[in-house]
Amino acid sequence: MSETAVTGTASDLLEEEEKKSLESREFGFWVYLMTDAIIFALLFATYVVLSKNSAAGPTSKDVFDLRHTAGETALLLISSLTFGMATIAMAKGLSGRVIMWLVVTALLGVGFLAMEMMEFHGMIAKGAGPDVSGFLSAFFTLVGTHGLHVTFGTIGILVMIVQIPLKGLTPPVRSRLLRLGLFWHFLDIVWIGIFSVVYLPGVM
Amino acid sequence: MLGRLTIEALPFYSWVAMGGAGVTVLGGVAVFLLITYLRAWKVLWTDWLTSVDHKKIGIMYVVLSLVMLVRGFVDALMMRAQQAVALNNEGYLPPEHFEQIFSSHGTIMIFFVAMPFLTGLINIVVPQQIGARDVAFPFLNSVSLWLTAAGAGLVLVSLVIGKFSQAGWTGYPPYSGIEYSPGVGVDYWLWALIVSGFGSTLAGINFIVTIIKNRCPGMKFMRMPLFTWTALCVSILIAFAFPGLTVVAAQLTLDRTLGFHFFTNGDGGNMMLFANLLWIWGHPEVYILILPAFGIFSEVVATFSRKRLFGYASLVYATACIALLSFTVWLHHFFTMGSSSNVNAVFGIATMIIAVPTGVKIFDWLFTLYRGRIEFHPAMVFTIGFMVTFVIGGVTGVLLALPPADYLMHNSTFLVAHFHNMLIPGALFGYFAGMNYWFPKAFGFKLDVKWGMRSFWFWFIGFYLAFMPLYVLGFMGMSRRMEHYADPTWQPYLIVAALGAICVLCGIVCIAVQLYVSAKNWGSARDITGDPWNGRTLEWATSSPPAPYNFAVLPQVEDIDAFHDMKIRGVAYQVPDRYEDIVMPKSSGLGPILGGLAFVLGFAMVWYIWWLAALCLVLSLVCVGIRAFDDDSDYIFPAAEVERMEKARLEQITPADLHDMRDFLPVGPASGEILPGRV
Repeated sequence: MSETAVTGTASDLLEEEEKKSLESREFGFWVYLMTDAIIFALLFATYVVLSKNSAAGPTSKDVFDLRHTAGETALLLISSLTFGMATIAMAKGLSGRVIMWLVVTALLGVGFLAMEMMEFHGMIAKGAGPDVSGFLSAFFTLVGTHGLHVTFGTIGILVMIVQIPLKGLTPPVRSRLLRLGLFWHFLDIVWIGIFSVVYLPGVM
Repeated sequence: MLGRLTIEALPFYSWVAMGGAGVTVLGGVAVFLLITYLRAWKVLWTDWLTSVDHKKIGIMYVVLSLVMLVRGFVDALMMRAQQAVALNNEGYLPPEHFEQIFSSHGTIMIFFVAMPFLTGLINIVVPQQIGARDVAFPFLNSVSLWLTAAGAGLVLVSLVIGKFSQAGWTGYPPYSGIEYSPGVGVDYWLWALIVSGFGSTLAGINFIVTIIKNRCPGMKFMRMPLFTWTALCVSILIAFAFPGLTVVAAQLTLDRTLGFHFFTNGDGGNMMLFANLLWIWGHPEVYILILPAFGIFSEVVATFSRKRLFGYASLVYATACIALLSFTVWLHHFFTMGSSSNVNAVFGIATMIIAVPTGVKIFDWLFTLYRGRIEFHPAMVFTIGFMVTFVIGGVTGVLLALPPADYLMHNSTFLVAHFHNMLIPGALFGYFAGMNYWFPKAFGFKLDVKWGMRSFWFWFIGFYLAFMPLYVLGFMGMSRRMEHYADPTWQPYLIVAALGAICVLCGIVCIAVQLYVSAKNWGSARDITGDPWNGRTLEWATSSPPAPYNFAVLPQVEDIDAFHDMKIRGVAYQVPDRYEDIVMPKSSGLGPILGGLAFVLGFAMVWYIWWLAALCLVLSLVCVGIRAFDDDSDYIFPAAEVERMEKARLEQITPADLHDMRDFLPVGPASGEILPGRV
């Protein structure tokens, strides 16, 4: 009897500590996102400075295709919505539905990445690679860094799709999913910045 | 298979370079053999390298810093020796070697001496000052340490395999571009910065969360010790500034490795972009180095004046002001690079304004000294030496902040003298003060005072001898970074500067002797109470060295000088009714493994060994993935064990060991009463 009581308090203690730790992680993740936001801010600044420096190479009007960008935007924005659905399902404790929405989100993420790869590949094939001019270096770095983030985010989603059936919706798993969600929505906001600062003025 | 790495990379081209490489390799082999001889590999791995205990991580940071200090100082000595002799001749160093030396000197001193020293001290002290048992993310802390060590490793390896950058520690393009610096040097510099900068960013995030979330009951923001305040401001600066370094280093890497055109001469590159991005990080970095030292001075000056710190609130606000203003002055690093006079004026005025909060601090420290009962402990002497010397650096800084004056003095040795005048007293003296002050907390015995005083005087006099001539030489028109020169009137000053460097060398030797003598006589200088200096802040409430959990019972804070207040009220060293289980983080080998992977990744990128770089990246992601599955990273430190450790500690303390607090009481001591502060 007393034996179980002792282990009971020990696991209570671990749980309590875990709760505190998860709170810190969530706060820490916001701080991390801020540092990431600064990385993007400086890449945006670089792009704005270099966007007219196309040297002898193609200009933004020559390489941007708004219809393609609209497709990418649609995929990414919808993926944010579906991640939101996964979060709602998590709040209701429906792990099957969480996984379903995560799979949809990952597919949309992969779709976005595929479209971006097509765009990059097309540009490079047309002689508009990142080594052509300052404008294209800045473009590929800014948009590519966003794409790299989406790639890591997609890997994170895949990890969670594996983790949820293995562990269930335990507090650490929920916390991870919450943080991954923050990351994913953050990338959406960055993309809206890219759309408004890079693509829209680029074709005007 | 090995990219551009061939046997040519070994330094057989010059005796001096071979000597440097030989010393590095022999040093490494000697350490390896010593550890093997002591059969210490297992202990080293389980108790230290894989530890996530903030005290041990802090100690490892400081050890890394001291090792790199020796390396960086050898560079300084070589430069002073070269300039002392190189009048109308080549001296003993060829230009390309001299250029490597001034580049590595700056890089090492800033990234691998100052950064790890301050991060180490923050690690050891801050959690204890806020009454916490650990940092918010102990594992992340270990990763930060090993990423910093990986960066330092890259700089050290460049001495043996290949060359280091010749483009100065700021690496301005186009000179640092692939066209003018085709070798591996700049790449070593870049990858050392990227890897260690990533570690610093993570450490900054960690300490923001630690200080905001892990404070003990009653530790309100305006009760936090000044060192914790500066650590918080510095962590925020790191989190805001270091991403900038990552961006600018990544962009230059892309330029060099994949032919991008961010900063190239032609094809739409913009070199001014580099200067702006680098200094948007670089100026806050100056305050990242100096503010923690200001925190240390604040602690030391109060403790060894036996007085409460004068103007606590003004010091906090001044710190926050400096942190904010540090982002508004970056352009003063390149007044001469084509901005309009109005832009220069704005940044010049902003720069001068920083002198105001800094002056507030100096006055606060002076008023703390005023009518204090000053004890000339080495930590205190470094503090006083700082105050005297730093003011000179501040005045020359205000001079340089005037754009017209800067036009005359930029790129001269006047500038070199100025920033050494800020960073040696303003940062290094502070870290040395902190080392003398907190050493007993970390190791359980005090540092030798006699050798500490000697190290101070050598450093202090050596500093003046080495840098005052450079101010004069700057006015005489000597540019910085000259490998040889033709003006005979310069040479006497350069010889004095070289003597100064030798004096500083004696100071470093004194520190080594101090460590050796103190370790040898540790038994006679033991710190039994955990409070050797009659300290005022919470870190002195723990044992020395502290138990893994720091505090058996989380303290309740009711005053700015929390521990001083407890001693006055007679509640220090109390035995609780009962001890409780404590949750502790488990050690993890993933920290050093990730650091090792980052090192190999950097090395592979420097030498274009693409498959190896890709492999390291994948393995790193696997490590992170493994960690993401680990929900069992804590263990229980049982109450019985806590009780045993606490009892063993308290039994050793006799009333005679405790400080007499009668003098600190607001009214005279009442006779016959039990002395406050004694058990």
